[in-house]
Amino acid sequence: MSDKTIFAYSALFDSPDDIIHAAEEVKKQGFEKYDVNTPYPVHGMDDAMKLSPSKLGYVALFFGLSGMLAAIILTYFTSVVDYPQVIGGKPFYAFPGYVPVMFELTVLSAAVLTVATMLLIFFKLPNNRHPLHDTNYMKAVSSDKYGLYIEIEDEKYDEAVIKSLFERFNAKVIEPIYYDDTEVEHKNRIFEPKFIIGLVLIAVITSGTTYFTLNKLMFMIPFSWMMDQDKIVPQESYELFADGFGMRNPVEGTIARGQLPYEYYQKPEEAAVALINPLFPTAENFALGKKKYDIYCSPCHGYHGEGDSRMRGQFPNPPSLHSEKVRDWTDGRIYHVITEGQNVMPSYSTQLSREEKWATVLYIRALQRSLNAKESDLE
Amino acid sequence: MSEPVNPVEYTKKELPASMSKIATALIAIGLIGVILAYLFDTTRASFNGLVMLMFVTSIGAGSVFLIAIEYLGGAVWSTPFRRVSEFLGAVVFLLPLLALPVYLNLHSIFEWTHLEVVEADKILSGKSAYLNPTFFTVRVIIFFSIWILFYLILTRNSKKQDSNGDQNLTKINIKVSAIFIPFFGLTLTFAAIDWIMSLEPHWFSTIFGVYYFSGTMLAALSFATILIVYLNEKGYFVKGISKDNYYSLGALLFAFVNFWAYIAFSQFLLIWYANLPEETFWYLARWDGAWKYVTISTIFIHFLLPYIVLAPQPAKKDPKRLIVASVIILFAHFLDIFWLVMPTFGKESFAFGWIEIAFPILAVGLILFVFVFKYKSENLVPIRDPKLKRGLNFRL
Ligand code: HEC
Repeated sequence: MSDKTIFAYSALFDSPDDIIHAAEEVKKQGFEKYDVNTPYPVHGMDDAMKLSPSKLGYVALFFGLSGMLAAIILTYFTSVVDYPQVIGGKPFYAFPGYVPVMFELTVLSAAVLTVATMLLIFFKLPNNRHPLHDTNYMKAVSSDKYGLYIEIEDEKYDEAVIKSLFERFNAKVIEPIYYDDTEVEHKNRIFEPKFIIGLVLIAVITSGTTYFTLNKLMFMIPFSWMMDQDKIVPQESYELFADGFGMRNPVEGTIARGQLPYEYYQKPEEAAVALINPLFPTAENFALGKKKYDIYCSPCHGYHGEGDSRMRGQFPNPPSLHSEKVRDWTDGRIYHVITEGQNVMPSYSTQLSREEKWATVLYIRALQRSLNAKESDLE
Repeated sequence: MSEPVNPVEYTKKELPASMSKIATALIAIGLIGVILAYLFDTTRASFNGLVMLMFVTSIGAGSVFLIAIEYLGGAVWSTPFRRVSEFLGAVVFLLPLLALPVYLNLHSIFEWTHLEVVEADKILSGKSAYLNPTFFTVRVIIFFSIWILFYLILTRNSKKQDSNGDQNLTKINIKVSAIFIPFFGLTLTFAAIDWIMSLEPHWFSTIFGVYYFSGTMLAALSFATILIVYLNEKGYFVKGISKDNYYSLGALLFAFVNFWAYIAFSQFLLIWYANLPEETFWYLARWDGAWKYVTISTIFIHFLLPYIVLAPQPAKKDPKRLIVASVIILFAHFLDIFWLVMPTFGKESFAFGWIEIAFPILAVGLILFVFVFKYKSENLVPIRDPKLKRGLNFRL
């Protein structure tokens, strides 16, 4: 035993009160290189050891704030600078929606990086060895004992004095802690081949299983049953039908409910003449038209039809609906644009029923009259 | 069987005379104001009466909850001052009294009590199986009875223990608490829905009960904290209460300040994000005119300010800071209920005058009065509670 180098003299106590008193005494006797290990933070220990308030709180604050800043930059860059998109009518920088991101990153970086900092300071990384590793002392203090050790390098180190001091405070186990010889020789075990090979193995195994699961396992029975079902998906062929098409046309001469075919496909001029607005200009029809217009048309055409789009340049601004051209159009001609779209403007047939389209036309007429009233309106 | 517990040495001191004087004065001023308010503007007074009712409910039901979780969690740090919550919990007896004037004016507060409105409205008639005056009355009676019943059982046992030191009483109370907690969860949730959420009967938020609960817990805890710290600093409790007990109190307050913010923000975020007109109108009403400033100020008063006051570790042990934080939180909870209730009364701008001041004065006066009254007949410390000695030796 005696040929081993001693690191410190340690004592294990049974209660938090004992260790606090022992620590107080050790401090009073003027020891400097000592430390206390407990299974959980014993409050009052800082006072007993006369430690100045821990600075770790500021480290946590710093990392917390950096996490938040990172979240702000991440959300701002992705949703305002790099790829701005209107989503659900929200502003580009939808602040409340990003609060959870900020919160999570703040907490995550504060917690993880504070622990990392602690380890860095304690172990002086990349060194991962410490004489306390693998000792009975460490096992005891990480379950239910309260430990204290005084390092041999302390100027006042004197085995007899320390022993009697520990005994006075009901220490249950008093023993020296030695350096592990192998650890003294090898300075940095991080670069040991064993450790490196271990890391490589872990990397290979995790990526290998991931690859296997996603690219092989998913296609094996029974995991493939989800994909291979006895049904025809769109665009698939099917030998049961004579023409071999999986997708079927409606039975000849029938029309699906609410799906009246539009007769003037690509014939705007004919639509203009043939189609007549079946709705009367009643308050209800105007109200319906306003509602549909505000929902479906106003994002591009503006609430008053002046082409003041709210799409912030993400879509070409449409011309004003108050132009002489549109004012002179018949109702049927406008109806045609809604049904079929016009150049970049898409069709609104799937969103609006016939009645709703005509009501929208009525409302557009009202908008036009609001800026260009007829002579007779003034009477 | 287990031995009876020996009492801890405790000498009862008279409360400072100023305390009962303050309580009486507050009640006198408040009561005159409240009566005048009802004569002067009944509708406005009933809305304020509702705010007061919910505030006192928070203190009352919240205190019973605090007692119950102490038993259930086996907490010892709070045992030396559990009696403070037991005294404050007695305000549950006042609830029916406070609810009466509001109940008599139900028609001018709640839209769903108007039959013709409900009939003409598809949504309201769909909800009418729940939201109708008869069922409402039944529910309110159930809430009050449950709170009063469990309050009586828990405190009776606790009081009995002072004289006979029977350890079994603690065991019984633990079981009673276990039964009470689910009842508390349900009654408080439905009370929040009935008294506050149904003010806007078209509106709904599934987290609303939790939202009100988070405030309830804070209000009951901070009212108790003020009294505990004040009385302990003057030596009204027994020797042995240390900074570690304070620290736990402060940490619990701090945790619930965060909990409130978390819940409040969750409710807002989902509604804001979904952006459905049937939900957003509730927040829009609180963003209208002067209400906007009340909304913004709740963020500061209910969250940021107490957060900053309580965040540093030493603050949770400092009597002054604890009292300051508690007063802020208590005010914030009243403001919070005011903010929940009053926009239904005054859209766009909020009415604020002597009426709005009279009600909180009366509420605080009544709660203080109940405390002083209970103090006269009971010990401030549960002297033979088996957990008391451990509570006094409590170290973090
Ligand atoms: C996605 C944006 C967008 C929406 C939504 C939209 N439009 Fe258009 N609209 C346009 C654009 C762009 C044009 C111009 C197309 C072109 O270059 O001819 C246009 C043209 C028109 C015209 C012809 C104007 C002219 O001077 O040629 C009419 C009429 C019209 N829209 C009506 C409507 C109605 C009614 C609705 C609602 C059902 C609607 N639009 C919805 C973008 C939109």
